[in-house]
Amino acid sequence: MADTKTKKEPDITPELVASHGLSTEEYEKIKGILGRVPTYTELGIFSVMWSEHCSYKSSRPHLKRFPTKAPWVIQGPGENAGVIDIGDGQAAIFKMESHNHPSFIEPYQGAATGVGGILRDVFTMGARPIANMDSLRFGPLDVPKNRYLSHGVVAGIAGYGNCMGIPTIGGEVYYGDTYNGNNLVNAFTLGIAKADRIFYGTAAGVGNPVIYVGSKTGRDGIHGATMASEEFSEGTEEKRPTVQVGDPFTEKLLLEACLELMSKDLIVGIQDMGAAGLTSSSCEMASRGGAGIEMELQLVPRRETGMIPYELMLSESQERMLIVAKEGNEKEVEDIFKKWDLEAVTIGRVTGDGMLRVKDDGVVVAEIPAKTIADEAPVYNRPYSRPAYQDEIQRLSADLIPVPKDLGEVLVKLLSSPTIADKTWVYRQYDHMVRTNTMVRPGSDAGVVRLKGTNKALAMSVDCNSRYCFLHPLVGGAAAVAESARNVVCSGGRPLAITDCLNFGNPEKPDIMWQFQQAVEGISLACEKLGTPVVSGNVSFYNETKGVGIYPTPVIGMVGIIEDASKTVTQWFKDEGDAVVLLGESRDEIGGSEYLKVIHSQERGMPPDLDLDVEASLQKATLEAIGEGIVKSAHDCSEGGLAVALAECCFRGEADPVGCTVEVTDGFRLDAALFGETQSRIIVSVAAGSIEKLKGIMASHGVPCTVLGKVVGDRLIIKKDGDVLIDQPAAQLKKAWQDAIPSLLNA
Amino acid sequence: MRFGVLVFPGSNCDHDCYHVVKHVMGQDVDFIWHKEESFRVKYDGIIIPGGFSYGDYLRTGAIASYSPVMKALKDYAKGGGMVIGICNGFQILLEAGLLPGAMLRNESLKFICKDVYVRVESEKTPFTRCCNTGQVLKLPIAHAEGNYFADADTLATLNAENQVILRYCDKDGKATPESNPNGSCENIAGICNRERNVMGLMPHPERCAEAVLGNTDGKNIFASMMSHVAIFQDSCRLPGYTDLEFKK
Repeated sequence: MADTKTKKEPDITPELVASHGLSTEEYEKIKGILGRVPTYTELGIFSVMWSEHCSYKSSRPHLKRFPTKAPWVIQGPGENAGVIDIGDGQAAIFKMESHNHPSFIEPYQGAATGVGGILRDVFTMGARPIANMDSLRFGPLDVPKNRYLSHGVVAGIAGYGNCMGIPTIGGEVYYGDTYNGNNLVNAFTLGIAKADRIFYGTAAGVGNPVIYVGSKTGRDGIHGATMASEEFSEGTEEKRPTVQVGDPFTEKLLLEACLELMSKDLIVGIQDMGAAGLTSSSCEMASRGGAGIEMELQLVPRRETGMIPYELMLSESQERMLIVAKEGNEKEVEDIFKKWDLEAVTIGRVTGDGMLRVKDDGVVVAEIPAKTIADEAPVYNRPYSRPAYQDEIQRLSADLIPVPKDLGEVLVKLLSSPTIADKTWVYRQYDHMVRTNTMVRPGSDAGVVRLKGTNKALAMSVDCNSRYCFLHPLVGGAAAVAESARNVVCSGGRPLAITDCLNFGNPEKPDIMWQFQQAVEGISLACEKLGTPVVSGNVSFYNETKGVGIYPTPVIGMVGIIEDASKTVTQWFKDEGDAVVLLGESRDEIGGSEYLKVIHSQERGMPPDLDLDVEASLQKATLEAIGEGIVKSAHDCSEGGLAVALAECCFRGEADPVGCTVEVTDGFRLDAALFGETQSRIIVSVAAGSIEKLKGIMASHGVPCTVLGKVVGDRLIIKKDGDVLIDQPAAQLKKAWQDAIPSLLNA
Repeated sequence: MRFGVLVFPGSNCDHDCYHVVKHVMGQDVDFIWHKEESFRVKYDGIIIPGGFSYGDYLRTGAIASYSPVMKALKDYAKGGGMVIGICNGFQILLEAGLLPGAMLRNESLKFICKDVYVRVESEKTPFTRCCNTGQVLKLPIAHAEGNYFADADTLATLNAENQVILRYCDKDGKATPESNPNGSCENIAGICNRERNVMGLMPHPERCAEAVLGNTDGKNIFASMMSHVAIFQDSCRLPGYTDLEFKK
């Protein structure tokens, strides 16, 4: 029986068009496509599909720059997630996506549904998710709101991921003033599928049934995608109803039902109803398959009465999927979902006319060529130019920065700085062991999961230093790729491919667009040099509050393979007496460092330079040494430089800390030697008997290799020319590092 | 030997338990769907895995305890069958009344995932017979509601009957307040019924039964169950034996 309408549809007025975030030109284009004034439902459909979030209208021209091909790439950008071949008939399917705006408005549900969305993107392709990671960025923790956001976001990620039974095996958390009104929540999921059993979001075969599965549709999340394409202003909290509410239990059932469905030969295509819900899934599937879809909205399962077509098409209710089955299989599909207590309802058919035709009780309420909505969104070559302030922020008079007397105290301060400090408070709330694959838990350079039934493992890491990107977006973008690859290498993994999550400010501003263009260029250069194509990703613009944008934050998620899982390495020193060796060399660089910010309250200067040839050689040489089985620990030098990296090697995760005594020989300022963030450096430890072999391998790749000292005692001692620069008990340093975040959060 | 792993909607350690029994311990194992009203074959042991059955909505384990399969499970346990409930499985056993007590939210009100130490309080169970009383095991926990509670009388009975099987402790085996991760009464991490054939525990032995994962302490639990079946075959199926009669 027809659901009685309770709302009258408004007339199409210029005000209504503007309130949908559509420009006059865009509205004219819509009228041109349709040859008439759109209906209210059609206006809604165009507004979400042509929003920045769904259409990539500002970023698309630049994203073409990304290298996306390699022999092991099965599916690059453009699908629900990227797919790479990892051998033995297996494929790794992964993607990262932002849920920044919803998480700021409603942290628990915003973060939870971010995890839910990325999981669906991966299992909709036929993969069982086996690992999650998250990149989180908050404003300083002395602001109560940021503590509230931190608690809520972490609990939301935990609430969803834990219930789904997918381990969260790593990630990163940064704190900075730039995220004060605009926290970032980027969620990454990786799944495993058979390489010849990958499913795509496509509709084909005239007459094939279009089946709606999963949760019922409600009014939640309407215009979520549009909200995510706007800046924040006063009253943003009032947008809370645009944030969806997650139900991980239903998603778990959906996951199991979909995987069971996909183990049989019943369907043509399947797609998650994510942003823009039923609208995006139907027209993207039709567009990809070169077909049309006709749907009857009265058949859509709903949990509220009086919903009008506009609401049904735009709802972002979670845990729903759209399936195109092979004709005649409807009953079998329904039975599988019924087994899992889920609804599966045939709501339409694939047609041959390329139209998205939406009916409500037989009456056509929307009729649009599917291709025009999905693929012919306006593309903007937005103007971009290097801002005048760039020279100013890159200027740093190092002579005016005094070298502190007590370098030990500096080390303690850096270890207590929330960006560097121990993140156990965060990941203890995440189940990081379920599925019994986790070989390296959160806290080392990369998370590592073994692949059951093989001798292999996957290493993965998410990284970005947004301060570098602010100071020099090209170097910063390249550095994010280099660091994530270095982290994978430090675990013994050979980097294969990346996914990215590009978080920026308002693209209508030329300086923001310049940051974007430069960062994309930097990422591309690094990916080309390191042989790691981009296979999937996401762009999040309009991360601005009251007209101030965040630091450009292109987060990179790197995936690498460890061919022999027994060769997996962690960052922690293992045995007393082992040699501590620096691969690569330090330079006189303090610009953009955490040291400069924490100790001297300055965020300026040129970020550390990055020579991609040097980086590639370092990574290759390190992998060779690890392959030879001589490397007992490997740790990348990043925020806080050499001294912090050494301390982290000493901390040894949940085990008791050890000490080390090392000597630096650099002939430049001591703060740069200890805390400078020169790129392309890795600290390894090897047995004393392996030093010569390590040196030989490094020499063959032209990589500097310096024995700094050895693992010994229970103090971290750093000397230069016999003078003791730092001498601290490792346990005391570890305590400062461990206590920082809990004490700030519980203040 | 043949084990069964119950699968409820929302179970998520079912595959992990299956994997350990089948590929690590080399035994036969079946998944048993929650809608089954009886077991189709004779099982040597039943595992109720961890996860979030029914989303943990209402109370952890509360809805699952009314699933059709639970009647078969109760009959099986009554007949002396060996049943182990891990994490959410423990919560289900409490809700089903097969074990005494209840679970509260962790004292911290947060989900906790980490390794803990537990002391084996009694080796006289089918689940710990390969351990020694007093032995310390390192096992991971991952739960938001593992704060075991029972009233004073129940605790007295549990202690008197030697039904407390695992207690949280430090690595030297001392059951200190600091080593209690979730606020459980008397550091209780695992208990069994009076007949000793049904056990519930919050830690996850299936997550630490392989060297590749860095810890094999959990294997002791599965090895115990296998050894028990191998030695006792039928005698242990009789209900009502106490720990004094338990033959190792």
